[in-house]
Amino acid sequence: MTRFILARCGQSALVLLVMSFVIYSLIGLMPGDPIDVMIASNPGATPEVVAHLRAIYGLDQPILLRYGHWLAAALRGDFGYSRTHAQPVLTVLLPALLQTCKLMLTSFVVSVVLAFALGVWASLKPGGVADSIISLFAFAGISVPVFWLALVLILVFAVTWHVLPASGIGTFGDGGVTDQLRHLILPVTTLALANIGSFTRFIRAAMIETMRMDHIRTARAKGAGERRVVLVHALRNAMIPVVTVIALSFGGLFSGALITETMFAQPGMGKMIYDAILGNDFNLALTGLLFATLVTLLGNLLADLAYGWLDPRIKL
Amino acid sequence: MTLVAACLLTAAANAAPAPGQHDTLTIGIAQFPSSLHPDIDPEVVRSYAMGFVIRPITAFDANWQNTCLLCTELPTLENGLAKLETRPGGGQGMAVTITLKPGLSWGDGEPVTARDIAFTWRLGGNPASGFSNANPWSRATSVDVVDDRTAVLHLDRVRADYAQWDQILPEHIEGPVAARAAAPGDYINATSFNRAPVTPGLYDGPYLIAGYDSGSRIVLEPNPHWSGTQPGFRRIVLRHIDNTAALQANLLSGDVDMVAGEGIGLTIDQVLALQKQHPDSFRYTFKPSLTYEHIDLKAENPLLADVRVRRALLMAIDRQTLVDRLFHGTQPVAATWVNPLSPNYDASVPAVKFDPAGARALLKDAGWTPGEDGICRNAAGERLSFEFGTTAGNRLRELQQQVLQSNLKNACVEVTIKNEPARTLFGETLKKRSFTGMVMYSWSSNVTETPLRTLGSSQIPAAANNYGGANYPGFADPKMDADIAAAEGELDPVQRKRIWAEMQRIYADRLPVLPLFFRSEAHVTPTWLQGYAPTGHADPGTDWAENWRPK
Repeated sequence: MTRFILARCGQSALVLLVMSFVIYSLIGLMPGDPIDVMIASNPGATPEVVAHLRAIYGLDQPILLRYGHWLAAALRGDFGYSRTHAQPVLTVLLPALLQTCKLMLTSFVVSVVLAFALGVWASLKPGGVADSIISLFAFAGISVPVFWLALVLILVFAVTWHVLPASGIGTFGDGGVTDQLRHLILPVTTLALANIGSFTRFIRAAMIETMRMDHIRTARAKGAGERRVVLVHALRNAMIPVVTVIALSFGGLFSGALITETMFAQPGMGKMIYDAILGNDFNLALTGLLFATLVTLLGNLLADLAYGWLDPRIKL
Repeated sequence: MTLVAACLLTAAANAAPAPGQHDTLTIGIAQFPSSLHPDIDPEVVRSYAMGFVIRPITAFDANWQNTCLLCTELPTLENGLAKLETRPGGGQGMAVTITLKPGLSWGDGEPVTARDIAFTWRLGGNPASGFSNANPWSRATSVDVVDDRTAVLHLDRVRADYAQWDQILPEHIEGPVAARAAAPGDYINATSFNRAPVTPGLYDGPYLIAGYDSGSRIVLEPNPHWSGTQPGFRRIVLRHIDNTAALQANLLSGDVDMVAGEGIGLTIDQVLALQKQHPDSFRYTFKPSLTYEHIDLKAENPLLADVRVRRALLMAIDRQTLVDRLFHGTQPVAATWVNPLSPNYDASVPAVKFDPAGARALLKDAGWTPGEDGICRNAAGERLSFEFGTTAGNRLRELQQQVLQSNLKNACVEVTIKNEPARTLFGETLKKRSFTGMVMYSWSSNVTETPLRTLGSSQIPAAANNYGGANYPGFADPKMDADIAAAEGELDPVQRKRIWAEMQRIYADRLPVLPLFFRSEAHVTPTWLQGYAPTGHADPGTDWAENWRPK
């Protein structure tokens, strides 16, 4: 087990190194540079000023050299300054990460809990009334565009009924838990509704498959109650494919939800990374994307460990 | 169930304020400033936000007249505050005296003094400080501090813009930061405007920054040391919502009270739609601005070399109908780059009218006759056809483009649409001048700024000038260059206006660019807000925000 974890950590470090180079190069290939963005509306920017600014921001150097400087500093724990926020990268990234954690983890927990309940319920009688209604709900969740769902929720709960704030992270000067929760309700609902559909379908399918297996028949033959059969004998076995899906989604959690964050003005990781890429903010974009990559790798590692726990026959 | 329960629980807490209880103003903005430093990374949204908290020495007001904000009197030759002088090394320069208003204080109670002017000039003149907007201060070669309130700035040459001066920086806060900055660029990273933006001593305006969440909101509260008209709000919140549909929904829900109209809020079509649906819920103000929508024509394109072809293109475009249909007539048609509200506008410059028959006749005169497919051809069999680009994804622009394509086709001109994302268009195609025919976008300038950057021959982007200019068409005219230079150094307002008229005539005669219309700022404000006066130019209305108050 320890050797497996160490080997995976080594692989992850290599993947991160390769990814950092690929991301840096790809951002560098984008047309224009930060100075173009900076001087676009500046009538006072003479060619001399432009040249000087490029030198100050290190943009007059070849991209490989710039990447080398960045990597050397990053290995010392210095991720540089964000150009679009005019602050050290970690100062910008950490609050965004915190906001993303609040939003995404809440919606993730809500989605998984509800999806398990609905998926298991639907699998009990495939084709029954409950299954049909839950499937309809799941397909609606999968099909409805997130931005549209967000707008509808805003229009209903904020514009028409005036019961929830339309956007933002809290009221300035309040900062209480209740106030923050009120601001989370609509974005969490949007994200949860979008995720529940796909999770429910996976859980339903896995459960239907498991419920047909021999060990379930054996459990029933031994007189186990239906609740015990479903929750103890079937659910654990059905978890293996579901864990894969959830683990892959886990990585996406920390890269944020761009559309939801944009619609509800939640300054999270998704929005931060997107703006950094558009604003040619190399340091911030790179650090944000690498962090998302790291979490995805960690999610996969956890999934592999979970397989071993769920099915002792799987050797790591 | 959870959602409904939460709604019921919180409904009471979200009740709308009763009339007369508007002590907080929440403003929706679709962009967020990357830096709060007045001279780093110039952005419209930064100017807008900083207008509340830090004032320029002078600014153009809502009537486009230069006025004193921090000074007692605008320097002029007549009042003796501006004088011609001989520079130490020879040549003529100017001495401009700035006298600060009495009682000016930074937000921590420290007085604003002439030493702050000298400090700002020193910092602005140091290339290592990384100012991207250094030009206002680099005009001066030296600064004499006469007393606490008086400074004399010695200019490098005779300049028509000698009476225009930007924000000054607090030496007692930024001095130590600048002193610690060892390497070029260190100051940008260390400045308190970025590292500690809620420091009261950074600001000398009617409001101070009380809260700052990067990318999310800026909270402003009255400056207790402000000596001017007392601000009308206990708190102003600038809230960043960059999706304009969500911004609109926030406006309707009452989560934001107004949307900034300086190009950092809703688009004009969204405001027009909002006005149609909710005519009485808000006050709608459309202020023509200095931003002019136009089509650049590539000078090197042989088909566009003949001025008769360029003129025919403009005659073929029905700009008034375009403005009436798409913008309900709120955006004035442009004859040149100079807005009729500008003090330098010359009404006698002939405007090209929509005349499709005249356009066809002019093209025939230039050797272009319609072929069987309706597109003109010349004697060599070349089709009168151009690539026509603009910013992809900008719905309004793409709509305009379709109308223009149809207009031009009626005059036997074919245009092939080739749009690119804004980043590619501005960062590559225009910068490297790799477009081949026509490109539509907008350009903004200051009230009295000459067209040096856009029409000066020295400003044609090329590797030699580090792609620094913005004369993307590649227009080169010695008379225009001479007029630009003369206008920049002409102190007599009458003479200057004559030179400006001449430049407008050259533009109208040569048509290196097809002018379309001036964009209007679309402001949506609450009906209970008084004293709101948008300007339509680079000095935002927030420079007078102390006059904003609830009814």
